[in-house]
Amino acid sequence: MLATKNGKIVAVKGDPAAPVNRGLNCIKGYFNAKIMYGADRLTQPLLRMNDKGEFDKHGKFAPVSWKRAFDEMEVYAKKALQHGGPESVAVFASGQYTIMEGYAAQKMMKGGFRSNAFDPNARHCMASAVVGFYQTFGIDEPSGCYDDIELTDTVVAWGSNMAEMHPILWSRVTDRKLSDPDRVKVVSIQTYTHRTSDLADIEIIFSPNTDTALWNYVAREIVYNHPEAIDWDFIKKHIIFAAGPVNIGYGMRRAGEKSITPVNPDGSAGKYSAKEMEIINKEMKTIVSEKEGPALEPYGYKAGDTMNHTGGTLGHWEISFEEYKKSLAPYTLDYTAKIVKGDPDESIEGFKKKLQALAALYIEKDRKVVSFWTMGMNQHTRGTWDNTLSYNVHFMLNKQARPGSGAFSLTGQPSACGTAREVGTFTHRLPADLMVANPAHRKIAEKKWMIPEGTLNSVGTQHIMKIHRDIEDGLVKFAWVNVCNPYQDSGSATHWIKAAREMDNFIVTSDGYPGISAKVSDLILPSAMIYEKWGAYGNAERRTQHWRQQVIPVGDAMSDTWQWAEFAKRFTVDDLWGEWKPSGDRKEALPDVRDKAKAMGYSGDTTMFDILYANPVAKGYKIDQNDPIQKGYDNSECSGDSRNVVGSDDKVFEGYGFFIQKYLFEEYAAFGRGHGHDLAPFDVYHKVRGLKWPVVDGKETQWRFNSKYDPYAAKETKGTDDEFAFYGKIAKALQHGTLTGKDNESVKVPLPNKAKIFARPYMDPPEMPDAEYDTWLCTGRVLEHWHSGTMTMRVPELFRAVPEALCYMHPKDAKDKELKQGGLCWVESRRGRVKARVETRGRNRPARGLVFVPWFDEKVFINKVCLDATCPMSKQNDFKKCAVKIYKA
Amino acid sequence: MNDKKREPISDRRKFILSMARGAGLAALGGLVWSAYVDEVTASTLLLRPPGALAEKDFLKTCIKCGLCVEACPYDTLLLAKPGDNKPLGTPYFIPRDVPCYMCTDIPCVPVCPTGALDEESVTTNGVLDINSAEMGLAVIDAESCIAFWGIQCDACYRACPILEEAITIDYAQNLRTGKHAYMTPVVHSDACTGCGMCELACVTEKASIFVLPREVSMGKAGSHYIKGWDKSDEKRLEDAEMKTTTTKLSEKSAMDSLNDSEDLY
Repeated sequence: MLATKNGKIVAVKGDPAAPVNRGLNCIKGYFNAKIMYGADRLTQPLLRMNDKGEFDKHGKFAPVSWKRAFDEMEVYAKKALQHGGPESVAVFASGQYTIMEGYAAQKMMKGGFRSNAFDPNARHCMASAVVGFYQTFGIDEPSGCYDDIELTDTVVAWGSNMAEMHPILWSRVTDRKLSDPDRVKVVSIQTYTHRTSDLADIEIIFSPNTDTALWNYVAREIVYNHPEAIDWDFIKKHIIFAAGPVNIGYGMRRAGEKSITPVNPDGSAGKYSAKEMEIINKEMKTIVSEKEGPALEPYGYKAGDTMNHTGGTLGHWEISFEEYKKSLAPYTLDYTAKIVKGDPDESIEGFKKKLQALAALYIEKDRKVVSFWTMGMNQHTRGTWDNTLSYNVHFMLNKQARPGSGAFSLTGQPSACGTAREVGTFTHRLPADLMVANPAHRKIAEKKWMIPEGTLNSVGTQHIMKIHRDIEDGLVKFAWVNVCNPYQDSGSATHWIKAAREMDNFIVTSDGYPGISAKVSDLILPSAMIYEKWGAYGNAERRTQHWRQQVIPVGDAMSDTWQWAEFAKRFTVDDLWGEWKPSGDRKEALPDVRDKAKAMGYSGDTTMFDILYANPVAKGYKIDQNDPIQKGYDNSECSGDSRNVVGSDDKVFEGYGFFIQKYLFEEYAAFGRGHGHDLAPFDVYHKVRGLKWPVVDGKETQWRFNSKYDPYAAKETKGTDDEFAFYGKIAKALQHGTLTGKDNESVKVPLPNKAKIFARPYMDPPEMPDAEYDTWLCTGRVLEHWHSGTMTMRVPELFRAVPEALCYMHPKDAKDKELKQGGLCWVESRRGRVKARVETRGRNRPARGLVFVPWFDEKVFINKVCLDATCPMSKQNDFKKCAVKIYKA
Repeated sequence: MNDKKREPISDRRKFILSMARGAGLAALGGLVWSAYVDEVTASTLLLRPPGALAEKDFLKTCIKCGLCVEACPYDTLLLAKPGDNKPLGTPYFIPRDVPCYMCTDIPCVPVCPTGALDEESVTTNGVLDINSAEMGLAVIDAESCIAFWGIQCDACYRACPILEEAITIDYAQNLRTGKHAYMTPVVHSDACTGCGMCELACVTEKASIFVLPREVSMGKAGSHYIKGWDKSDEKRLEDAEMKTTTTKLSEKSAMDSLNDSEDLY
């Protein structure tokens, strides 16, 4: 709820009826009224130009008209298409897009440009959770909801500083703990001590990456020592066991890629130093270490063996329970404690007791358990595995998809679920869990978008790290940054910044403020921010919430939806829908679909704007001040506004004349209705305070897959006494095999309504501390600032509270390295170094051997130090571990 | 960027420093003298560097040399200038502008030539110990502190260099919402040094947690009652002594009042 004065937001009012927060906020929400009005807010398009007023990659930024901005974008996007086809036009998309913006961008990129080089910053946030959901359930998004907090007896926070990153949910966890302090237990499982441990009954500090061993230990305790705790009735009805290859690399560059060619005698390769290549070479080959050896034995490897990595694969096959049991054998208390214990100063015996206590909490009959996690489990070179391992434990005990029990992936962005995942603004996805690789799915999207069959590109491999790498390799020549900050938020950052600034390409950034991404761009577009446009977001409990435009944007800023629609006016059927030769990972030509387009009534010069945004269906959504939903509210895109912004054709923009946001939402929602993703009608969201999908017959769903609560599960279990149906459709037919491989002769068996328990081992990350780089580096956030700090660092109160990123370290480490509390140190990896102030006190207290440096501060640009390794299955960057050395600055 | 804070004191600053020192010496002149008297009386609200003697003794001992101010790497310490309405030339700090960052080697104290900043008082077991400093004590205005509204803030707690000792969080259920918790800060005088990091970090328009000299911010319970449930409270027995009590009723000696029955009948 907002108060406005003279067309500007002056106050935020907490909404006491809001179901999640009851009007309470953290301090970022408390200052929401101020985030739009930083003194350096971008108010007009800015282009790098020379003295003659021409675009010049080495020129200084100067204001230009919207028309000039789109003229330049058109020129360079067309040049990129000529260079390498659709694969050369890329977009850094976002989990901060409104649902409508994400959908508008998705349509133009995939339907118009036929490019899947379109991937959101949400890739860095929760891709591992998504692949975990697909692998385990066959459908994305959690089964539980936040009501679990009030209903559970046990909250286990795995790799998640909930106290700072989910303050409102943490306040609910705290309330639950206070309501019954003896019964309710809180466990904090982390790589360093932080605020979340303050409330914990048990704190487990683990060595980075070993949480996979910890999950397997709990599973082993169940299978080997407490078999009576396994709910066999549930397992037999609903679960199968599965395995996949383990030699899948670490999501880094692979041999032969342009920028690491040629390999030089000194070990350097292409644009990468010998030091960097020491780690990148592990993508192809590793030697199994003593640490991971025992865990890999059931999979046919032992310490000292060479493991040849083949690169990420989602492939997996069914195995027997006996095979699964075999995979757990190594995780004895001794082995687990030895490799997992993260604090060298903690006694091993005390640590073992904690592990046992953790397992006991899960196993205890009638004890409800919620496992929450965030980036610790997702930003992980085995993140997908880690996610699936969490469900294993909950499934065996039948503590999943039940009120108060379940493994629950929390999300870190306002609409990573609502926009990025549900709209599908990823390289490989389409709305509502449809996939670009699936011909039937492409057909559905083509029909809904009223574009010719065969238009969509089936190869979706340009995830966000790949886009960066493709720019460095010279494949991508045009990239547009939307509602995100990819040049601050990706590991190995120096490479991507160099590629943007020093190579022949055109980078555009739409933003409200001049962040790092804007700085490395060639053109900057001023974007309308949250309350300056109509929008909708979706959160981690599947809750979709809408808002109306509250104020008119500042300066000439316009929403991203408008920017996409105006850009689409520059491209016609003839420009985009002819044949495109193979490019990048696409080995086949994209067909010429212009004849089909003409058969649909389009002509060669029909613009994408007319096809994708201003078609007859869209125009049916009327602008009407008598409509109670629209009455009294501005809509800058649909009706223009009092600023009389001069638009992309040098004329005053007077609005599209139809309700474009409602059109985009309804068309998008139609993808999921009747398919387990049902959203309510647009208008309903403006009368209620959000609803958790699927919304069926006006009723939201609290616990998915549970037939008592989920109408889809109820339908599947009708006429049986089954309580659950895991009705997701993806990867629901498998061949058979063992831990060491698939039986190629076996036939695919369909697995309707089943979920999966995966055998997955502990493996080392590619870079670990050694004699030279002797310290783990973990990055993350602080409560005071949103991700890259672009908005919150401009709120004076939040800036004053936390003005700079500190290097949190153990006092003894500081002493050993001759560093002074409050003094400056260098944090240096094989990739780069940053200067930060040493902090040995306060909120984050690492054990010896690990430092924590948050990444919000562009002046302490820690992603120059971080590695761009990813989970090879989810392609999510691991920001939680790399090796550094620290010395006095 | 951030290094700026640690750069050697700028020339401009040096100039201001010597100006303030000069003013301190010139304080004997007639005109400035009256201002000096006013400023002395205003000094009870000033925060002094770590190890400062009690205000009365401090004012007597400090020679306004400015060495502590020069030694401060964060430019925390200031020297009172004419018109500041503070005892001229003496060091002080304003936490909302620049708090004391609690350097572990306390560079401002050993440089004091007169003992106005007493090294002994910030030394534990022979080692300088900034945690034992008593520059002031943070107090909270619970009405404007947004944590007491239920907002998830605790910015002061997270900013505290000795969190969990100087500031702790009180947890209480929020009965209005039925599902959230209040997390409110509590300051502990036995650990709070008065560094003011909390005051700097406080996100309200005017800080809702702020540092005052301990004499101003602290009350005092008498030593005639010891908490039987708190062993450590017996420490206060050290100050306990027998005191003859006098009220209006007991002003006269027993003999006098016994012999004076004028109002009785």
